Amino acid sequence: MRWGVVTFPGSLDDRDVLYALREVMGQDAVSLWHKDERLYGAECVVLPGGFSYGDYLRCGALARFAPIMNSVARLAAEGGVVLGICNGFQVLCEARLLPGALTRNRSLSFICERVTLRVENASTPLTRLLSPGELIRLPIKHGEGLYVAPEQELRRIEERGQVLLRYVDADGGLSAQANPNGSMNAIAAVANESFNVFGLMPHPEHAVEACLGGTHGLKLFGSLLQGA
Amino acid sequence: MAEIPLGLGGDPDVTPELARDHGLVADEYRLIERWLGRRPTFTELGVFSVMWSEHCSYKSSRRHLRMLPSRGAGVATAPGENAGAVAIGDGYLAVFKLESHNHPSYVEPYQGAATGVGGIIRDVLAMGARPVASLNSLRFGVLDDPRMAYLVRGVVGGIGGYGNCVGVPTVGGEVGFDPAYNKNILVNAFCLGLAREGELASAAARVVDAPVIYAGSATGRDGIHGASLLASAEFGAGSESKRPTVQVGDPFAEKLLIEACLEALQTGAVAALQDMGAAGLASSSSEMAGRAGFGVELDLDRVPLREPGLSPYEIVLSESQERMLLVAYPGRESEVLAVFEKWDVSACVVGRITREARWRTRLAGGLVADIPVRALTTDAPSYERPVKPPAAAGAQSPRPKGAQLTSAQPAAAEQPASTRCELTQFAAGSLEPAQPLSRREVSAPLASRRRRPAPTEALRAMLDSPNIASKRWVYRQYDYLVQSNTVLGPGSDAALLRVKGTKRGLALAVDSNPRACALDPYLGAIATVCEAARNVACVGARPLGITDCLNYGNPERPEIMWQFVRGVEGIRDAALALGIPVVSGNVSFYNETEGQAIPPTPTVAIVGGLDDVGKRVSSFFKSPDDVIAFVKSGTLSLAASEYEALFGLGEEHGNGLKLAQIDPELQKTLLEALTQAADRGLLSSAHDVSSGGLATALAEGCFGCEKLLGAEVTIPEFDGLGPERSLFAEGTSLVVLSYAAARRDEVGQIFAHRGLKLEAIGQVSGVPRLKIGSLIDEDCRALLAIYERALPRRLGEGD
Repeated sequence: MRWGVVTFPGSLDDRDVLYALREVMGQDAVSLWHKDERLYGAECVVLPGGFSYGDYLRCGALARFAPIMNSVARLAAEGGVVLGICNGFQVLCEARLLPGALTRNRSLSFICERVTLRVENASTPLTRLLSPGELIRLPIKHGEGLYVAPEQELRRIEERGQVLLRYVDADGGLSAQANPNGSMNAIAAVANESFNVFGLMPHPEHAVEACLGGTHGLKLFGSLLQGA
Repeated sequence: MAEIPLGLGGDPDVTPELARDHGLVADEYRLIERWLGRRPTFTELGVFSVMWSEHCSYKSSRRHLRMLPSRGAGVATAPGENAGAVAIGDGYLAVFKLESHNHPSYVEPYQGAATGVGGIIRDVLAMGARPVASLNSLRFGVLDDPRMAYLVRGVVGGIGGYGNCVGVPTVGGEVGFDPAYNKNILVNAFCLGLAREGELASAAARVVDAPVIYAGSATGRDGIHGASLLASAEFGAGSESKRPTVQVGDPFAEKLLIEACLEALQTGAVAALQDMGAAGLASSSSEMAGRAGFGVELDLDRVPLREPGLSPYEIVLSESQERMLLVAYPGRESEVLAVFEKWDVSACVVGRITREARWRTRLAGGLVADIPVRALTTDAPSYERPVKPPAAAGAQSPRPKGAQLTSAQPAAAEQPASTRCELTQFAAGSLEPAQPLSRREVSAPLASRRRRPAPTEALRAMLDSPNIASKRWVYRQYDYLVQSNTVLGPGSDAALLRVKGTKRGLALAVDSNPRACALDPYLGAIATVCEAARNVACVGARPLGITDCLNYGNPERPEIMWQFVRGVEGIRDAALALGIPVVSGNVSFYNETEGQAIPPTPTVAIVGGLDDVGKRVSSFFKSPDDVIAFVKSGTLSLAASEYEALFGLGEEHGNGLKLAQIDPELQKTLLEALTQAADRGLLSSAHDVSSGGLATALAEGCFGCEKLLGAEVTIPEFDGLGPERSLFAEGTSLVVLSYAAARRDEVGQIFAHRGLKLEAIGQVSGVPRLKIGSLIDEDCRALLAIYERALPRRLGEGD
């Protein structure tokens, strides 16, 4: 499977995703440029973290208009896999490829730390190597990761199993303290209705090497490979 | 051609009074007239005032900085470059520098700190290195004052806001609080870049007729005279009114600028580049030409402006952020411009390098400035300021000398003999009388008659002190992970990065010790260098290079100048003894408000190398039953300690007032022993004992990231201090180690072999309790709660 990693102006973790895929996992991954509509054969496109266009406006609000996003939307419509991480998640919400929106953290400040996440749905292409209820550790680093959705929509995505990961404490329990940004229902990752577009605030690409603090991210990237 | 630059219609008349308002003293103004052979235009006056400001010219410090050992094995740069570089092996260079942004951060904390981060990143970028990590050293006043809490939030927010968005991880640093900084906080920012050997960029424009390219944000009216009026003068009551001299940062623009500059360098079409920082276009263009002995001619009509109608004065002095100046090889400018266009960064040719070494600028074809380049650069004034120890410091050898302006004079050929200047002594008599540094200025208000706290109570107070408490509240706001290199992040003795494509690691530590420097500026500076080196060695790395940021008060006062000179001498002696070159640095004077100077605060950052990053050692205990031991290489004392600041010393302080003695030679053997023990994989943990003494270090050792451990140790007695005081005494000579019992002999031999004694005092426990003899027996969970809550409790943010 060929991966594509988009670089918007202001993307920061694009190089980290490429490093994780190519150097750590030995994958075929190409860098995609925001001004270029071509995907160069990528079957799975990653929208990385960062501050696209500086995010001086609502996060992701400008990036969704980049030429590359036309191809990303087409790929999603055709059933290809799209993964948005952090700022990429925000872009996908702005592009209406994922439900809900991401707003400022409850604390109003940026948060960088490792969090514990509980797997809510392990039968999706992104989570198939995990088990339901399994706890994984991944880092978050964002100022706007508070997930919100209108009540009805929230109920719908919960019912359909579109919530993939939740912020929990070390024992897997839900609590206000364990929810770092105050997300509704402690939601950290969601999928679209067809389960081929995924968004997550935690950074799997920063959890692929033991010497840098953990390898749980490999299970998420690995899951996508399994289906390919 | 006798074209003489003309002032413009709206320019004010240039007079000695106007020069004074620009921060130029009368002798300096006369010198300008002699350099030019005429009265300067308004634009020229502005350029001289910034280029001759303390901030740009180092006029008080230059002669003293020469004593620092800047050469050594692996050093790849000469002093005067934008940043220093040392070889780390496998064909890579570590490029780094530490710089102050104190005054802007006090006036406007968020933007002041943010632009400090942005500026130092561009300095590293100017070397052709990719910026890979930031550190910062922050000194605040006491947190009870709501304005100080506002400053802390602003500075931390600004560092995070800029660093996070620009994609350079903030991997460590230090934060301290002391009433001495109530009115003058310190924000020192450090950046590390990586470059391939042989690929360093130059800041010297060595090609005549080469096009000069302006790249980055447009020029606006922000930050005019940031260097001269803000950074090179004391604060008074009206400092708030200086807010317009602070620039506003745009990290997004900087991120694009970084990528575009690095890509432009890859074309091979760039001959030189430099950041437009302090004094903007004026300093960057004159310095680039000056380093090559050439001149430059700028066409100000081509400079991109944010709004129409900026005067030449404003255009050349603007400190608008996120701008770089590049010099392309003639005929290859289009290759460079194409890269900037790809990244949507505006760039255009604004001038050319000239053989004649003059700094010339034109507007609408007319000449508005014409200055010999060396008058602005190498031959800017330099002062030998009078140096006098404060009365309290008594015995230290004073070196009073008349202050002499010893600037190079215009060459006879350039100036008629009759106007050759006879510069005389500056009037030392007009200076304010000496204000000997009293101890009260530099530590918390002491209640010397306060009762002595029980050891447990003292430990709890230590862990609750903002100086010692967990800085999680701070670093949680920084992205320390981006770029995927962070092996040890904030909260470690030193941060540790891996170098992709190699097995190597780079350790980074930044330290300052103002309390010790206040007691003795010389020993304090030595202690600071040794502490940074020890922090680097504790993770297993060998120190490779030093960068320093020297924060002092008003250099026109002989006592301050004495502190400064003693500080530089201390850094020199420590660097020589430890064998670590000082490859870059920065001086920040005028850190005073209403006549009150900060304590001398030389901040030192050290970069160390680890051959195999897998052999790193962290500061936390790892396994129950590991032996806990300490190694001591000098004396300890309560002087300048956190204990003294919190509780005073009482009547019976014994050797309390004497600063702990340091033997730099012995420090060097300690560093070698630590790195060797790490290299052999013998250590479970190594933690430098600093603020709060041994008891605090033991508690911190138990606070490992995943699992809380405990420790049970006997009480060592240090230097006749008695058991209680030994727990809290400080010095720059104590390291706590832990290792498997089976390794005891091997570890012991490494230290014994070098004449250092390793003393086992107990062991790590799986039960989270800290037991120190019969004096302390505490639940580590309770201690950790105090340690973690201290800052959030004071800064008012619960999560």
